[in-house]
Amino acid sequence: MRGKLLKLALPCVAFFALIAAGCGGSNNTSSSTGGTGTSAGGGGGTLVFGSAADPVALDGILVSDGESSRVIEQIFETLVDLKPGTTDVEPGLAESWEASADGTAWTFHLRQGVKFSDGTDFNADAVCFNFNRWYNFKGSFQNPSATYYWQTIFGGFATYDPKSGAPKDSLYKSCDATDANTAVITLTSPSSSFLAGLTLTPFSIASPKALTDFKADEGSVDADGIFHPTGTYATEHPTGTGPFMFKSWTRGDKLVLVRNPNYWGAASDNPTEFNGTGAKIDQLIFRPIADNAARLQALQTGEINGYDLVEPQDIPTIQSNTDLQILDRPAFNVGYVGFNISMPPLDNPKVRQAIAYGLDRQGVIDSFYGGRGEVAKEFMPPSLFGYADDVPEYTYDPAKSKQLLQDAGMTLPVKIDFWYPTDVSRPYMPDPKRNFEAFAASLDKAGFKVVPHSAPWSPDYLGKSDEGQLQVYLLGWTGDFGDPDDFIGVFFRSPQKQWGTTTSHEMDGVQKLLEQARTETDQAKRTQMYQEANRQIMTILPGVPYAHNKPALAFQANVSGYVPSPVDLQSFATVSVG
Amino acid sequence: MLRFVIRRLLLLIPILIGVSILVFFWIRALPGGPAAALLGERATPQAVAAIEHQYGLDKPIYVQYERYARQLATLKFGNSATSRQPVTTEFRQRFPATIELALAAGLFAVVFGIPLGFIAAKRYRSPVDHASLVLSLIGISTPIFFLALLLKYVFSVRLGWLPTVGRMSVLIDIPHPTNFYLLDSIIALNWTAFVDVSKHLILPAIALGSIPLAIIARITRASVLDVQNEDYVRTAQAKGLGPHAVDFHHVLRNAMLPISTIIGLQVGLLLSGAVLTETVFAFPGIGSWLVDAIKARNYPVIQGGVLFVAIIVVFVNLLVDLSYGFLNPRIRLSK
Repeated sequence: MRGKLLKLALPCVAFFALIAAGCGGSNNTSSSTGGTGTSAGGGGGTLVFGSAADPVALDGILVSDGESSRVIEQIFETLVDLKPGTTDVEPGLAESWEASADGTAWTFHLRQGVKFSDGTDFNADAVCFNFNRWYNFKGSFQNPSATYYWQTIFGGFATYDPKSGAPKDSLYKSCDATDANTAVITLTSPSSSFLAGLTLTPFSIASPKALTDFKADEGSVDADGIFHPTGTYATEHPTGTGPFMFKSWTRGDKLVLVRNPNYWGAASDNPTEFNGTGAKIDQLIFRPIADNAARLQALQTGEINGYDLVEPQDIPTIQSNTDLQILDRPAFNVGYVGFNISMPPLDNPKVRQAIAYGLDRQGVIDSFYGGRGEVAKEFMPPSLFGYADDVPEYTYDPAKSKQLLQDAGMTLPVKIDFWYPTDVSRPYMPDPKRNFEAFAASLDKAGFKVVPHSAPWSPDYLGKSDEGQLQVYLLGWTGDFGDPDDFIGVFFRSPQKQWGTTTSHEMDGVQKLLEQARTETDQAKRTQMYQEANRQIMTILPGVPYAHNKPALAFQANVSGYVPSPVDLQSFATVSVG
Repeated sequence: MLRFVIRRLLLLIPILIGVSILVFFWIRALPGGPAAALLGERATPQAVAAIEHQYGLDKPIYVQYERYARQLATLKFGNSATSRQPVTTEFRQRFPATIELALAAGLFAVVFGIPLGFIAAKRYRSPVDHASLVLSLIGISTPIFFLALLLKYVFSVRLGWLPTVGRMSVLIDIPHPTNFYLLDSIIALNWTAFVDVSKHLILPAIALGSIPLAIIARITRASVLDVQNEDYVRTAQAKGLGPHAVDFHHVLRNAMLPISTIIGLQVGLLLSGAVLTETVFAFPGIGSWLVDAIKARNYPVIQGGVLFVAIIVVFVNLLVDLSYGFLNPRIRLSK
């Protein structure tokens, strides 16, 4: 009996030993034991943050997901930064800057005495090394999924590859290090929106030595077309100038950052002052927890100290718990009812106005946004410069709608095809179906006959809207960086099938204005131009914006100093626990 | 015996070919693709076309399958579209978590299920028997994710006894030579880590093992009831053996054959249930890996992951079949 037991047990043990031998050793962890508990008094300690997923990689230019940016923001810095909690540009690694008269040459005067965490110097050569590295990307690096933000801000690369999907022309021309602390970036045409774009994590300045030593650009493209990096820069050696340094990363488990003891800034007690605030905590750990309910429960038990992307239905639970707190992220999104203004009867401005008066936007905000939404007056959020307070407004007035339709010579009810997406929840539109149902009901009272249509969000709904197949539709946008061009420029600066502006000419004047505003270097003039554009847009009505929604973060009550950014670029350096 | 093993291993080939075809066409039948998953509203038609071209998804499906089959034949599983790491590397990193969880759940189901079923059989038609029936029905009927959330709410959030997420506290650092965290903590001689890892396993193991426990309990009860009435049991009692000796050497041992069959069949259930359990407990195993991959339309990971899981299931079923010979000499000697 024992012999037989052994005969069965031995192969089983051997099987598991083989598996154990093959499965281990692929993660980096330090071998210190014990735990560093969170300490009281705001100095030192560990903060554990529950992220929704692992980062993709820690090389800013090659990623576009929020979780990668969240970590990269702690390790690296950009030439210009954002005032915490706002979209106002302020000095970062550059202390000051000026543009040439024609707006194409931007001279950045760099902060002195700054070092990367590997001990090498931060200087103009390092800045130009980084910009030229990005500009000279080839092959699969030029794919929009690889370098989305370079292409959004600058466009193309040094070599044009028609198959890559990247644009042909580039806003970037060159970078010159005129002396150790002065870098001049020359553009091919004037642009002012590029400055706000430089605050984004993809334009973080990395150590040239680390990029080279750890082969940041090396890899192979497999038969599926997926680029596999063979260097270890982005997964084991991301090296920047920021208040935190990379320590270790075990995918699915935790990513550990530690305070940079040689950070160029001194510790500051003012949480809104991010000009060189050294980290207050010793250790910052990101723990990926994909499930929303699991994140909430981990916060309730103290396994994490905070998390982002709080579900609206969990907010009352958190607010009623005195050990927890909710922080508001300023709204930086817009939900809108879009029109294809080339499709009759939407080509009639009176019909569009009638729709605007027929939408009960306040009712939708009150009912379906958990108290965190506000009615949108225009296609960009109030926190952004260029917002105009005096745009035409359209409060719900069904009688006025009917009047406008009759003035337009229409027979009531006027039939419209109204689309909404399924299988999706967006920050500006948590429940598309309910929004649609409420809007349809209010429009039916305002002289319209709404014909409902729906399609799964991806790829059907998005594809149809891109191709201009939707007459009236629910959609929205979350801003990437603090420039109006990232909102109304994205929508209306160039003709697009979605809005019907490839055939209709009603928006031509707005298009010209937005083009001019993009290249205007005088900030005051730019602001006025965008305000004027907003007035014109809300007069012509290519759509009706209806919601700005404030996302929420949740923390334990003893966490302080976290200042949520509208564009989700915030430092943990000012945060303390206890 | 050897011929039996070889024959079963050869069966792997048609099984894997079938699975690979199924998974390849099924995931492409799902709406959406990696382009839309990667970019969301920012997915302009040009961006989508560029990504699809890069990944070869704009080619005819038979061309895509031919490329995929050729890669498989050379044992190339490609790279993850989201993390850009090799699929095999990611699988090796995550597989031990699922095995550890499945073993813990299986252990829980066996250690509690067999005694429960045995006692129910011995106290046939008593209140204990009826209670065990009700418990089993609750166990089988309760969805795993609901039970998981309930367990977390009671034992973690309200009572604070056990953790809710992950395999180990983030504040503990030990080397991971095997990625089996219990084993790693033993190798590191770190008792704190061992206790911590065990605590992290308890609730997920109970959630995952609840259905197998219920099934094993019922089968044990039925099997023991059957065997109790056999002639050889009466003979053993007549020979003067004590009740415990009769129960363990004769009744239970012979009742184990159908029970072990059921235990073996639970492997598939454990691996599929792990998907839900791992998601709720943020357990970084292959279940949550595959769920994330499906959401992101990460074709290489889905294709590779499903194949690896199929291989594991086949191997474990083989081991279970081999164990029958150990348990019942009649089966072994008849070969």
